[in-house]
Amino acid sequence: MKALAIASRVLAAVAGGYALAAAIAASAATALPGQKAEAALIGIMLGFVAYTGAMIWAFAARSAWRAWIGLMLPTGLLGLVAWIGTIA
Amino acid sequence: MKTGFRQSMAWAHGWAGLVTGWLLFAIFLTGTLSFYRHDITAWMRPEWRPAPAIDRATAADRAEARMQVIGTDANRWLIDLPDGRDRAAHLAVWRDAGHAPRFQREEFDPAADAPVVARRTYGGDFLYYFHFDLQMPSVWGRLLVGLAAVIMLALIVSGVIVHIRIFKDFFTFRPQKGGQRAWLDAHNALGVLALPYHLMITYTGLVTLMFLYLPWGVDLAYRGDRAAFHAEAALAQPAPRPAGRPAPLVPLGPLIIRAEARWGVPAGRIDVYRPNDAAAIVRIHAADSSGLAHRRHQIAFDGTTGAIVAIEDGRPAGILRAAMYGLHLGRFAGPGLRLLYFIGGIAGTAMIATGLVLWLVKRRPRRQRVVEGLNVGAMAGLVIAIAAFFWANRLLPAGLADRADIEAAVFFASWALAAVHGACRPHLRAWVEQLGLAAVLYAALPLVNAATSGRHLGYSLVQGDWPMAGFDLAALATGLILAALARQLGRR
Repeated sequence: MKALAIASRVLAAVAGGYALAAAIAASAATALPGQKAEAALIGIMLGFVAYTGAMIWAFAARSAWRAWIGLMLPTGLLGLVAWIGTIA
Repeated sequence: MKTGFRQSMAWAHGWAGLVTGWLLFAIFLTGTLSFYRHDITAWMRPEWRPAPAIDRATAADRAEARMQVIGTDANRWLIDLPDGRDRAAHLAVWRDAGHAPRFQREEFDPAADAPVVARRTYGGDFLYYFHFDLQMPSVWGRLLVGLAAVIMLALIVSGVIVHIRIFKDFFTFRPQKGGQRAWLDAHNALGVLALPYHLMITYTGLVTLMFLYLPWGVDLAYRGDRAAFHAEAALAQPAPRPAGRPAPLVPLGPLIIRAEARWGVPAGRIDVYRPNDAAAIVRIHAADSSGLAHRRHQIAFDGTTGAIVAIEDGRPAGILRAAMYGLHLGRFAGPGLRLLYFIGGIAGTAMIATGLVLWLVKRRPRRQRVVEGLNVGAMAGLVIAIAAFFWANRLLPAGLADRADIEAAVFFASWALAAVHGACRPHLRAWVEQLGLAAVLYAALPLVNAATSGRHLGYSLVQGDWPMAGFDLAALATGLILAALARQLGRR
């Protein structure tokens, strides 16, 4: 169980963190005002910062479940923003 | 896993540092050496002595004349002009399908108006590319290095959280206490000493390959058309369609003068699309060494009339990206700042090394055979492999076919041998023996140079031949430091 929780946090840090970074890059590129290329660049540069924070969060959260929820919630919301950005 | 924020961070810092530390050590060490990439290349090609530098406009005209010899049937030419550090112009030629070879490169010395003639070696470029490619196929090395970089950032942040008494730690070094305390103090002091540098170099490293790592925003916003994004961000322009009518290309020298007059900084790169066609475009970029922001300024000229067709000076986010990129490469840095970059990189490498040793020391008296072996093989082994690479460069016959690849093979073979040795010998003995061997290999490099080139220290120092003398002196200093380390460990 303990090993499983650790594996879950590692996965949250690496894969969950990447998903969050990708969602930030995608939502910034499609939803930020101004020139698209500029928005895309800002999104990627912010994405790396978020990835780092996500890795810290994955091991700071009180449980592996909380770690996942804390990452997937903003990822989902930003994914929605990115999707709205593409159709708007 | 322990409870409490700082305890969790300490736990994660230790384990994440262990599994990525060996890779990070190699990335940091080879990257740090890459700040002197051109000087290393100069040492590895002692028979090539560049003629005194000439002005850039003449250099561009001569490179253009050379391109008209080797690349008449090309669809694109790329000319990287020499600068203060790299004295060769780098020519590259691309051809349409049906013409061979599709891609061709040449090093050209504009001052001598002739191609560079020297032994075949990857030189400093070997370490430079290893730093982010790891000599792996496709982009696997780059992906691995990127993941390691993000983990490094998280390691730095978690390290700061764990050692929250950061200012006090900076003045704490208790080598006399010995053992774990001394290693911990060294790890903290090295980490804190260059903390802004570590954060900067790691983050900006991610920025250099940002489109590989996070392409999703670009792909979504531009519906998969990456070329359109690159054009809009002024990163790369699509080649113009050929007009199909031959037209003589404008002389490049005057274009260089016009571009430099506009910017007030030196030009560095000339990109010629469709040379000798009526649709030709000449795009000139500012030199990497001209400022912090990497290739910020560009001017595109009509390739037949010389009229300006586009000017790019960058937009805010693009300039920010270019500045991050420039910060990582450090090509804007003069000799003093370059030395600081180097010292920061060595501090980072040593921080990683002390962290890996600390992981073992903390677990004493329990032995961790696998980690012990990997520590020696990954760290001392790489230090030996780089020295072996330099030895091979001088001892392999200059005319040998495939000698560049044999040099690289010597690098990997000696690394593998060192790893096997590190796994077989008792831990402390393995360290002493490998550091001792490395000390001899580095300290003797000036002698190897003297025996194989005649550009020895006595000559290079008198002539003010700084790439050559600097390499020899740095090798000697490295040898002495490694010898001191080996002696210290041997006393135990």
